Amino acid sequence: MAKLVSLADGVAELVRDGDTVALEGFTHLIPFAAGHEIIRQERRDLTLVRMTPDVIYDQLIGSGCARRLVFSWGGNPGVGSLHRFRDAVQNSWPVPLELEEHSHAGMANRYVAGASGLPFAVLRGYTGTDLPRHTGNIRSIDCPFTGETLTAVPALNPDVTVVHAQRADRAGNVQMWGITGVQKEALLAARRSLVTVEEIVDELTPVPGQVVLPGWAVTAVAHVPGGAHPSYAQGYSVRDNAFYVAWDEISRDRDTFQRWIDQHVHKAEVQA
Amino acid sequence: MSERQYTADEMMTVAAARQLRDGTACFVGIGLPSTAANLARATHAPELVLIYESGCLGAKPDRLPLSIGDGVLADTADAVIPVPEVFNYWLQPGRIDVGFLGAAQLDRYGNINTTVIGGDYTDPKVRLPGAGGAPEIAASCGEVVVIVRQSRRTFTERVDFVTSVGYGAGPGDRARLGLRGGGPRTVITDLGILEADPDSCELTLTRLHPGVTVERAREATGWPLAVARDLSTVEPPTAEELAVLRALEATMRAAA
Repeated sequence: MAKLVSLADGVAELVRDGDTVALEGFTHLIPFAAGHEIIRQERRDLTLVRMTPDVIYDQLIGSGCARRLVFSWGGNPGVGSLHRFRDAVQNSWPVPLELEEHSHAGMANRYVAGASGLPFAVLRGYTGTDLPRHTGNIRSIDCPFTGETLTAVPALNPDVTVVHAQRADRAGNVQMWGITGVQKEALLAARRSLVTVEEIVDELTPVPGQVVLPGWAVTAVAHVPGGAHPSYAQGYSVRDNAFYVAWDEISRDRDTFQRWIDQHVHKAEVQA
Repeated sequence: MSERQYTADEMMTVAAARQLRDGTACFVGIGLPSTAANLARATHAPELVLIYESGCLGAKPDRLPLSIGDGVLADTADAVIPVPEVFNYWLQPGRIDVGFLGAAQLDRYGNINTTVIGGDYTDPKVRLPGAGGAPEIAASCGEVVVIVRQSRRTFTERVDFVTSVGYGAGPGDRARLGLRGGGPRTVITDLGILEADPDSCELTLTRLHPGVTVERAREATGWPLAVARDLSTVEPPTAEELAVLRALEATMRAAA
């Protein structure tokens, strides 16, 4: 049964320096508040894993939390580039960032293999691209039945996966709906997991298209209303597109970025 | 009909929308592809199936999304599925007719770079977002339509990094690599339309937008551009196409 914890306690207990950490959420349900707590607690040397490192990873990278990034698309969706990510790759600021780069299909399959207890996944992918020349974790494998050459990628098993969901009950059963991305796979692939939720309820009323993660498969649940902002939680909030647009200016300059992090992350009111 | 004022980007988006046949399934990336696909659905292709990699199959947004995962896509979709299923059950087996891709660099065989420009991979001059869904979209969709502004910086002799494979080094390469989709048949730019030659696979200028010259297209291309003998001119945007496009774009500005 998942423990109900505060966000600060959950991050303190489950996210450790040097960990491989996945924060997932495909545009929808991105665990921003948990990311900010990781910045506040000054975690270092993390291997950050995420299919679409967008604004939250830009903030973590710019704050010096990451040593390595495993990803498939790093941008500000619909807006442009991530300036902190770029600055880290091009100028090693604030610290060097090592990259392990994949395609979405490869990353999704790596989580599936991790959740399935398999050492690797097989797909038709990457063929003919330059990605395998730079990413050692993309290899080929011959099908034992047809002889066809396919692509293999190793399982992803994060030390901890963090996701945001709409609701949990008091036993820590988690319910999410709308675009649920790769969160189920990322959570089941991880050794430990932390789920932040909009609401804790006595009973989970069924919702069409829902994904339910049983409490006994989740390590801890924290009640963090609005914890996805500027991403959103369907049924609770809408995507703050204006913030994503504004981030381009905030993040372009190192000083403006640091002032923003100071004001909105370090000095933010943290709820108990 | 009187002369209408429109921009090169509007012409490009309209030309891209016209490529999409009604009733086909189209894998849509954010930005110009999403705008063009929604324009097609709002005009000549009401039964166009829009597939967004966030897992929204058959999305029918009434406003342009800023991201591939805006709530309006999930709310209006026939089905919302997990991301691994998008790639494994829908894209990989060849169920999607058209993939719409952008490019930071493109060569004459339609190979695409969206990863790094200049320097080397570990120390690039410019770090771009990377692959996303593109390598497998380029590999497995029935065909690929590329939409990109044409310039020497973008249309390069060689791409600095092959993120998504077009026709590789030429005829036969896709079959040798085991890529099952048809590859980049069409490239729509702000100057005109290029199509892959059926024999040489080389992107060939087949149509120019109104008022654009062959010389201008050649100047904006970093390789000796092949030009079709029966080069024609694209029909300018109709009043309806322009009105619908502008209304769609206004919905995105309003949401931001």
